[in-house]
Amino acid sequence: MEKVFQRPHALSDVSFHYCPGCPHGIVHRLVAEVIDELGIEGDTIGVAPVGCSVFAYNYFECDMQEAAHGRAPAVATGIKRARPDKVVFTYQGDGDLAAIGTAETVHIAARGENVTTIFINNAIYGMTGGQMAPTTLAGQVTQTSPYGRDIKTQGNPIRVCEMLSTLDGPAYIERVTVDTVAHIKKAKAAIKKAFQTQMEGKGFTLIEVVSTCPTNWGMSPQESFEWMRENMLKHYPLGVYKDITQEEEA
Amino acid sequence: MGNKILMKGNEALAEAAIRAGCRHFFGYPITPQTEVSAYMAKKMPKIGGTFLQAESEVSAINMVYGAGGAGVRVMTSSSSPGISLKQEGISYIAGADVPCVIVNIVRGGPGLGGIQPAQSDYFQATKGGGHGDYHLVVLAPSSIQEMVDLTSDAFDIGDKYRCPVMIMGDGMLGQMMEPVEFKDTDAESLPEKEWATSGTGMKRKKNIINSLFIEASELEDLVLERQKRYDAIIANEVRYEAIDTEEADIVLVAYGTTARIAKTAMAKAKEKGYKVGIIRPITLWPFPFEAFEKALSKNTNKTFLAVEMSMGQMVEDVRLAVNGRADVQFFGRTGGVVPTPNEILAKIEEIGGAK
Repeated sequence: MEKVFQRPHALSDVSFHYCPGCPHGIVHRLVAEVIDELGIEGDTIGVAPVGCSVFAYNYFECDMQEAAHGRAPAVATGIKRARPDKVVFTYQGDGDLAAIGTAETVHIAARGENVTTIFINNAIYGMTGGQMAPTTLAGQVTQTSPYGRDIKTQGNPIRVCEMLSTLDGPAYIERVTVDTVAHIKKAKAAIKKAFQTQMEGKGFTLIEVVSTCPTNWGMSPQESFEWMRENMLKHYPLGVYKDITQEEEA
Repeated sequence: MGNKILMKGNEALAEAAIRAGCRHFFGYPITPQTEVSAYMAKKMPKIGGTFLQAESEVSAINMVYGAGGAGVRVMTSSSSPGISLKQEGISYIAGADVPCVIVNIVRGGPGLGGIQPAQSDYFQATKGGGHGDYHLVVLAPSSIQEMVDLTSDAFDIGDKYRCPVMIMGDGMLGQMMEPVEFKDTDAESLPEKEWATSGTGMKRKKNIINSLFIEASELEDLVLERQKRYDAIIANEVRYEAIDTEEADIVLVAYGTTARIAKTAMAKAKEKGYKVGIIRPITLWPFPFEAFEKALSKNTNKTFLAVEMSMGQMVEDVRLAVNGRADVQFFGRTGGVVPTPNEILAKIEEIGGAK
C-alpha cells in the first residue's frame, strides 16, 4: 500500500510531552518537514530553550544543544561561528526570547547572524503554570496578573517582529499562526523561506508563530484559537515585517 | 623555537591560545584583561578565526558553550565582576561536559571593587562559583612564560577530560611584560570529538549537548561519571612547585604573583638565618595536597604561612591539607594592594622569633 502521509524523517519517533491541543506539535512538524524538504537534516544543529519546548532536543533528529533560559541566540551564535557551513536554528517561547533573553535576541538580530529563530508567542509562561509573559496582552488574566495585566504597573506587551524589523541585521521576519489549514501552509512556507534565506547567507531570520495555551488559558483548543483570533491577532498582526530578499529583487 | 619575545601577559596568553589551536574567542571588555580581546580582534580575522565582542559576559560564555559544544577549541576571558556574570554559563558548560578555557585576570572586589591585582576570587574559582556538583580545573601561573605554557595545557586538559578549565591570573600578571618562548603544538594529536554537535551528516545518530536530566537517578549517574573524571584529574594533573619544604621551620604557601614576592621574602629570611621553604600551588583545583605530605614527612614541628592577596581564602585549603598536624598562619593584603617582601619578612620574623 502506498503511504501518502508519514512522520517527517527529521521528527523523532517519540511521544511529545505537550498538552492536548498545544500548537507546539504542529510547529515542530512544520520545522521537520522543512528540514526534510531542504535535505539538510545532516547539516542542521538546533538549539532548544527553557520553557515548554525545553525537551525539543528529543524531538528533532538533527544534532541539538540545550540552552540556558534566554541564551539560545548566544548559543546558536557560538555554533554558527564554529560551523559556518551548517544550518542553525533556535526554537524559543515568549518568556525566553522577549524577557530573560531580550539582549541576546536584539543582538543576534543586530549582528545579522545567519541563524533562524522560530518564536512561539502564546502570551504566557506555560511550563511554570501560566504566569504573565512579556507578550501578555493588556487586561489579560494570568497567575501573576490575576486582576488583568495593568499596563500602568506591569508594563506593555512587546511586539517582537515590529521591534526587530527596525534593525539592519535581519533578512527576513514574518509573523504567522497555525489555527487553520491555510495558515499552517503559510507558516510552513515562511519557515522554509527563513531556512533558505539563512542558507543563502543573507542574515538573521525570525518567524513568530502566534500560538495558544489551552491549559493555562483555561479554554478548549477551539476556544483558544477563537480567543487568539479576536484578541492576539489584533495586537500582533500577521504579515511580513522585513524581507531583504524582496528588496533585492525589486 | 628558541626565540624569546618580550610580551605583555594578556597578549602572550592570547597568542598562546591561538598557537594551541583556539580559533574562536568570545569576550566583553573589562579592565585589566581587555588586551586579550584586543589581541584576538587583531589576530583572528587574519587567520580565519572568530573574534566576537558579545553584548554581555552572559552572552559571551553562552557563545563559548555553543562553539565548544560544536567541537572547536574556544576561549573567553574576563575579570572578576565579569566572571561572576559568567557563572550561570560555566555551570551549564560543566553540566554538559563541554571543554573550553576561561581566563580570569582577577581584580579587587567585591562588587565593582577596583582594577588592581587581587586573589579574592579563589573561593569562586575552586569551590563552585555556579550552582551544582562540579569543579573547574584552575591553573595559576606566576610568570608570563608559565601563563603561555599553562594556556596550552588548559586546552589539552579540557579536551582530555571534557571539562571547562580556568586560567587564573591577576592584574599584575596580565599587565606586566616578560620574555617568553612559544612551544609548537602538535595539532594532529588533538582528540577526535565524536560527541560534538557538528551535524550528523546522516552518518550517525544525533548528538545532544545538554545539562537537563529530569530523572534523579539518571542525573546522579551522570554526576558520578563526571566525578570519575575529576578523580582522574586529581590523580594526573596536580601541579606545584616546592622548595626546601622538608627542612623548613616555616613553609610559605602562595600562588601567582604573590608567590614571586614570597620567594623574595624567603631569600631575605634565609640570609637572616631562618629556615624557610615554599609551596607554590600551580593547580588551585585540584589542590596539591601531596606537597604538604612531603613537607610534613620528616617532622611536623613547623608553621605553614599562607600569603594571599585576599582576606584568606586559599588558607582554608592549607588547613585541610595540614589537617591539624602543624601550625597554620595567614598574611594577606587585599582590595588591590600587593604585599611587599618586607611585609612578608616581618611576618616570618614574628613567627620565627628574633635571630
